Amino acid sequence: MTTASAPVLEIRDLSVSFPTETGTVSAVDGVSLDLAAGEIVGMVGESGCGKSVTAMSLAGLLPGSARVTGSVRLDGTQLVGARESALRRVRGREIAYIFQEPMTSLNPVLTVGRQIGEVLQVHERMSRRAARARAMELLTLVGIPSAAQRVDNYPHQLSGGMRQRVMIAMAVACGPKVLVADEPTTALDVTVQAGILQVLRDLRDRLGTSVLIITHDLSAVEYLADDIAVMYLGQLVETGSRERIFARPAHPYTQALLSAAPVADPVRQRHRQPVLLGDDLPSALDPPSGCRFRTRCPLAFDRCATEVPAQTAIGDGMAACHLVRPDGTGPDVRTADPSEVLS
Amino acid sequence: MARYLLTRAWQSALTLLLSTIVVFVGVRALPGDPALALAGEDRSPEALEAIRRHYGLDQPLPVQFAQYVERMAQGDFGVSIRTGTPVSSMLTTALPVTVELSVLAILIAAALGVGAGVLAAVRRGRPAEWLANGLALIGLSVPHFWLGLLAILYLSVATGLFPASGFVPILEDPVDNLHHIVLPAVILGTGLAAIIMRQTRSAMLDSLSSDYVRTAKAKGLRPRAVITRHALRNSLIVVVTVVGLQLGGLISGAVVTEQIFGLPGFGKMTIDAVFQRDYPVIQAVVLLTAAAYIVINFFVDLLYSVIDPRIRVTGDPA
Amino acid sequence: MSVLTVPMAETGTASITRRTRVLRRLRRNPLAVVSFVVLALAGVIALLSPWLAPYSVDQTDFARTFAPPGTAGHLLGTDDLGRDVLSRIMLGARASLQVGLLAVATSLVIGVPLGLAAGYFRAWDAVISRFTDLLLAFPFLIMAVGLAAIRGASLGNAAVAIGIAQIPGVIRVVRSDTLRLKSLDFVAAAVVDGASDLWVLARHILPNATSVILVQATVAIPAAILGEAVLSFLGLGIQPPAPSLGTMLATAQQFAARAPWAAVLPGVVIMGLALAFNVFGDALRDALDPKGDRR
Repeated sequence: MTTASAPVLEIRDLSVSFPTETGTVSAVDGVSLDLAAGEIVGMVGESGCGKSVTAMSLAGLLPGSARVTGSVRLDGTQLVGARESALRRVRGREIAYIFQEPMTSLNPVLTVGRQIGEVLQVHERMSRRAARARAMELLTLVGIPSAAQRVDNYPHQLSGGMRQRVMIAMAVACGPKVLVADEPTTALDVTVQAGILQVLRDLRDRLGTSVLIITHDLSAVEYLADDIAVMYLGQLVETGSRERIFARPAHPYTQALLSAAPVADPVRQRHRQPVLLGDDLPSALDPPSGCRFRTRCPLAFDRCATEVPAQTAIGDGMAACHLVRPDGTGPDVRTADPSEVLS
Repeated sequence: MARYLLTRAWQSALTLLLSTIVVFVGVRALPGDPALALAGEDRSPEALEAIRRHYGLDQPLPVQFAQYVERMAQGDFGVSIRTGTPVSSMLTTALPVTVELSVLAILIAAALGVGAGVLAAVRRGRPAEWLANGLALIGLSVPHFWLGLLAILYLSVATGLFPASGFVPILEDPVDNLHHIVLPAVILGTGLAAIIMRQTRSAMLDSLSSDYVRTAKAKGLRPRAVITRHALRNSLIVVVTVVGLQLGGLISGAVVTEQIFGLPGFGKMTIDAVFQRDYPVIQAVVLLTAAAYIVINFFVDLLYSVIDPRIRVTGDPA
Repeated sequence: MSVLTVPMAETGTASITRRTRVLRRLRRNPLAVVSFVVLALAGVIALLSPWLAPYSVDQTDFARTFAPPGTAGHLLGTDDLGRDVLSRIMLGARASLQVGLLAVATSLVIGVPLGLAAGYFRAWDAVISRFTDLLLAFPFLIMAVGLAAIRGASLGNAAVAIGIAQIPGVIRVVRSDTLRLKSLDFVAAAVVDGASDLWVLARHILPNATSVILVQATVAIPAAILGEAVLSFLGLGIQPPAPSLGTMLATAQQFAARAPWAAVLPGVVIMGLALAFNVFGDALRDALDPKGDRR
């Protein structure tokens, strides 16, 4: 995942835990990830695996009870443990967010123009009038027709897809270096999802913004992402380029995820055999020892319970599984049984 | 917007009509001959006959009701049995006192209640929240007239800081007027403040954990801007509704407060009328209270639509 | 993907029933325990006050009027007619609780069926909301004034006026809970099975709405107690010489110059009763909240 130039966003060994009445929940554990300028990275995983917590922790948006350790550098500036006032200058200007629910993420009592303009007033010290004019341009940029009227609309007057475009316009208003999109299409109709993804890609192409897209929708990352990071129970289990991950997934969990997703090609779809992971995601309160995926892995063997798998480098990425060979090829969860793979 | 207003206007008008019928029927249910009740001092047969004719008491009920509505609409509430003065002129002297007292009390209550409610929500789990919650609970539980009594005994009488009773019209001497009315207004405002505080706190807790507040934080806004521009604006919708609904309680409270502080308002007039069986006055008081409540709540609905664009633009309440 | 997106399993309380969970939460809340003990004590004293009271409430002693608290034989002193204040406070508190319960019972008997109907039958909703608007237009004091004018002032009339004024609140919470319950699957299932509307209301909706009704009752009782005090203070409620905390305060106001202390105790008792109910009501609402504690 490293590129020639220094990464815009450099996440090292990021961990987040929450104290609760019943014990400490480790939501994110030792995540390291780079985002190069103009790169789109997709972070995928099941609900509750810690992707959103990772996203929120980047700009210090988690509630005060969260304990965050590790390092997040945005263009060299350390964000973990930074002062709130310093973080405020970064949020919305250097790193901006798009959330899942465009319905509830916009303030119902303010016009969309006000809400977009607000960012510019705060960070660029624009006048209200100038901010409104710029908001209109931004609405056009994200593909909203007749922006001159829409700018004075309230959120409830817009469709779901348009609201999400407003969220994007708001996020890119100050030309941030990094855009974090947390499930940007999940709450939308399938027909408008593609449009939103298209806007994100356009923005990257035109503005050079790096995008971290967090989703459980594999077709979205297949369409959009340059690189993919797969998360399971707070840990990254595999990273790599989109081509490699989709063609040769090494980690059994990645393989299971991919096998469950529908494929557009009917020939391929017919020959696929989904791998069913019967059990629920284990509790992050008391994660399994050794490899966290072992309780659901069809290939788990004794070593998985005792030893945390090391990360095997595969090209620019890695996979964390005992069964991944030094050459970067992994086991096939559909056919293999562990003894065979090991021999 | 227009549809919403029309619906509300129609509903208010219907409620007003219904409450007029209730009062009309209530007056018929009064013990004794209504003509006797309306007659005042002069109870000669000729006078009673004149009253029956004047008030249409010899007509069938629907006709009587129509005449009744007509008289009320013209502000003819009859003549006080006790003083012989027209009830309408009693009202014109009494109402300004009550209105001033209530408006001042609402302002005090809104300032205290919204302030403490926001504080309690923002300082969640800290001493400030416990203090605000505790004070609100006490404010809900304390009998206000008793607070008023204590205030007179231990503030006015003992220290002489405030006059213990009496009233000076605002046009006569604004400073002295305020001096007389500020203590009653504070006492009347505390109960309402407690209710507003609790509603504000709970609405603020809801909006502070909402997605749009998360968005506002992610934009890099200062906490003050997040709280006032985003969280509070949405919470105020709830607060306005509460104030509207508590108006009845405020009217009841004003009656008692006036009684304790000897303010010559609507409340004192009412209580005096009950003990003197001054039926025309009682009738006017009951009818006017209902009408005032209905009309004010209609305006609260208007205000509601100003604050909440979802109603203003499409006419659908949130 | 759908096989994978199973939500995290709920952490183990499924076996414990709702009622024991609510009780456990209440027991763990010190405020709930204290307020409950205060209420239980007040209830016992109120029930037994005719026997517990050291003097008869009407027993006058003109030789010893306005005895201050701490006087031998009269722990809390005597009033303008030399009657024992402690005895009058005990019986006054009894009357307060009586009015509180009577008023709330009135509001529940009328409000619960109307709230159920408004939430369950669409056609009734508009009619019942006009009725609610109508009731709201007559504040309890004005209602009491009207009732006093027609039927004379009494404890019963005060309770009825307060109870009627509390009906809209009951209708509102029962209606919204009925609307919520009606949309749940088990009600829909019962309807599909051919259950009659009355059966569904009585067997499925009402039992599930009891918790909101209970919470509404615990906030309505203290309001009614305060209302009784106000009405009695103004002379629209309990009539002298029957003891009432409100009338005691009215007397105290008259004789404030001679016995300022007389204005303190009855008010403290009213506030204590109302506070205990309000604190307990808050704790109960928190304990019943499925989302966990909000405080």
